[in-house]
Amino acid sequence: MVATILFYVFAGLAILGAVMVIAHRNPIYSALSLILTLFALAGIYVLLMAHFIAIVHVAVYAGAIMVLFLFVIMLLNIRIEEKAPGAFRYMILIAAPMVVILFYELATVVFKAFSRAPVKQTNVGSVESIGNALFSQYVLPFEVTSVLLIVAMAGAVYLAKRRLNTVKE
Amino acid sequence: MSVETLNVIIALVKIILVVYVAMMVTDLILILAERRISAFIQDRLGPNRVGPQGILQPLADGLKFLLKEEVIPNHVDRFLYLLAPAIILTPALMTFAVVPFGDQITTYIAGHLVTIRFQIADLDVGILYIVAIASLGVYGLVVGGYASNNKYSLLGGLRSSAQMISYELPMGLAIISVVMMTGSLRLQDIVVDQFGMWNIIRQPLAAIIFIVAAFAETNRLPFDLPEAEQELVGGYHTEYSSMKFASFFLAEYTNMITASALIVTLFFGGWHVPFLHQANLPVLWEQIIQILAFVIKTGFFLFFFIWVRWTLPRFRYDQLMNLGWKALLPLGLLNIVITAAVMAL
Repeated sequence: MVATILFYVFAGLAILGAVMVIAHRNPIYSALSLILTLFALAGIYVLLMAHFIAIVHVAVYAGAIMVLFLFVIMLLNIRIEEKAPGAFRYMILIAAPMVVILFYELATVVFKAFSRAPVKQTNVGSVESIGNALFSQYVLPFEVTSVLLIVAMAGAVYLAKRRLNTVKE
Repeated sequence: MSVETLNVIIALVKIILVVYVAMMVTDLILILAERRISAFIQDRLGPNRVGPQGILQPLADGLKFLLKEEVIPNHVDRFLYLLAPAIILTPALMTFAVVPFGDQITTYIAGHLVTIRFQIADLDVGILYIVAIASLGVYGLVVGGYASNNKYSLLGGLRSSAQMISYELPMGLAIISVVMMTGSLRLQDIVVDQFGMWNIIRQPLAAIIFIVAAFAETNRLPFDLPEAEQELVGGYHTEYSSMKFASFFLAEYTNMITASALIVTLFFGGWHVPFLHQANLPVLWEQIIQILAFVIKTGFFLFFFIWVRWTLPRFRYDQLMNLGWKALLPLGLLNIVITAAVMAL
C-alpha cells in the first residue's frame, strides 16, 4: 500500500522533472530538473529493493550533472537564452499530434512486452550479487570498460594540453 | 499492536531523537563552543553574558535569527534563491541515517520481543549512501551562489563546487582502503571489524587523507575558500538574511557532526570501547557506555574541527588544488596498492 503510493509519487516526480528539462527556457532549471528525475528514479530502484543501483545512480549522476551545471553557468549566456523566442513556434501544431502518436505506439509496445510488473527480487540489486556478477561472469567487459575510461581521460588531457602549448608559442 | 507497527514507531522515535533532538542540540552546543573556543585561542573572553558562562547564547542567537527582518533582494532568481537553503540542509540531515551510534539491545515492548538497533537505517550500501547524499550538498551552495545574482556569491559557489569535486576523490580512495580491510560497505560491519585493532593503527595514511578531505568537504578552515571573507565578502551566502542565512550555518555544523561521526566510525572504532567486555557489566550499562563512548569520540573530533579552524591560516586556491590532486590523490592510490599487497600476502 505504502509502496504503491510511493511509486506513484516517485513516478510523478520523474515525469514532472523530465518535462521540465525540455520545457524550461533557463538551462539552470533544466539541469536541476534532471536531478529531480534521476533522484525519483533512484527512489523507484529503492522500492524494487535495488539499494546499490539506487545509490550508484545518485552518486554518478549527481557529480555528472554538477559538471553540466558549471558548463551552463560558465559557457552559456543565460539572460539571452531566457529571452530568446522559441525557434520552432509553429512547429507545436505538428509536434503535438506526433507526440500523441509516438507515445501511443510506445505505450502499446511496452504494455505488450511487460504486461506484468517487475518482480521484487531481494538479491539482484544487492552489493554482493552485483560484485559477484561483475568479477566472475562479466569480468572482461568490466576490465575493458576501465581501460576505455583511462583512454578517454588520457585523450582529454592530451587535447587540453596541446591547445595550451599552441597558445604559448 | 503488531510487530510491524511497533518497528515503524521505533524507527520514527529514533529519527526524531537522533536527527531532530540530538543533532540540533549538538548544533547549538557547537555554536557556543566555536565562539568560546575561538575567544580562548585569541585570548578574548567570548560571549559570557547570556546565562551562566554564556550557556544560553545559542538560544539568543537563534531568537535573533528568527526575529530579524528577512530581506530578499530584487535582483535574485526568486525560486532558486528560496530553494537553495532547503537543498543544502536536507542532505546534511539525511547523511547521519546510516551511522551506527551503538550496538543493539533486545527487549520486550508491549508484549513483543523487538531488537532495537542503535542506528536509524542499517543499509548494506552504508558508506556509499553517505558519499552519494553528501555529494548532493554542493548543489545548495552552487544554486545559492547562482541565484543570488552577485559576483561574490557566484565565485563562492563555483569555488565550493571545484573544491568538493576535487576532495571527494581522495575521500573515496581512503574509504575504499577501509572497505577492502572489512569486506563490507555496511558501517556496522566496519565497526565490528575494528574490535581487534582500530583502523587508525591499521590504516594511518587513509585516516589522515580522510580527515583532511573531511575538512575540505565541510568547507572548514583551512579550506574555507568558498566563504573567504577577505576576498569574497561572505561567499555563497552573502545575499541571504535571517533564518535562511542561519540554515547555511546549520548545514555546515550538521555536516561537521556527520564528518566527525564518520571519522570515528571508520578509523576510531565507532562505539567500540576496548576491554569493556572483560568488565562483565550488565547489558544495558554496556550499551549506554558504548553510546557515550561514541558521543565522546565524536565530540573530540568536533573540538578538533574548531581547534584547527582557529589555529591554521587559509590555503591559497592553487595550494588547495595542488594538495588535493597532486598530494592526496596519489597518496590515496598508493595506500590502496599497499593495502591490496599486504592483504594478498
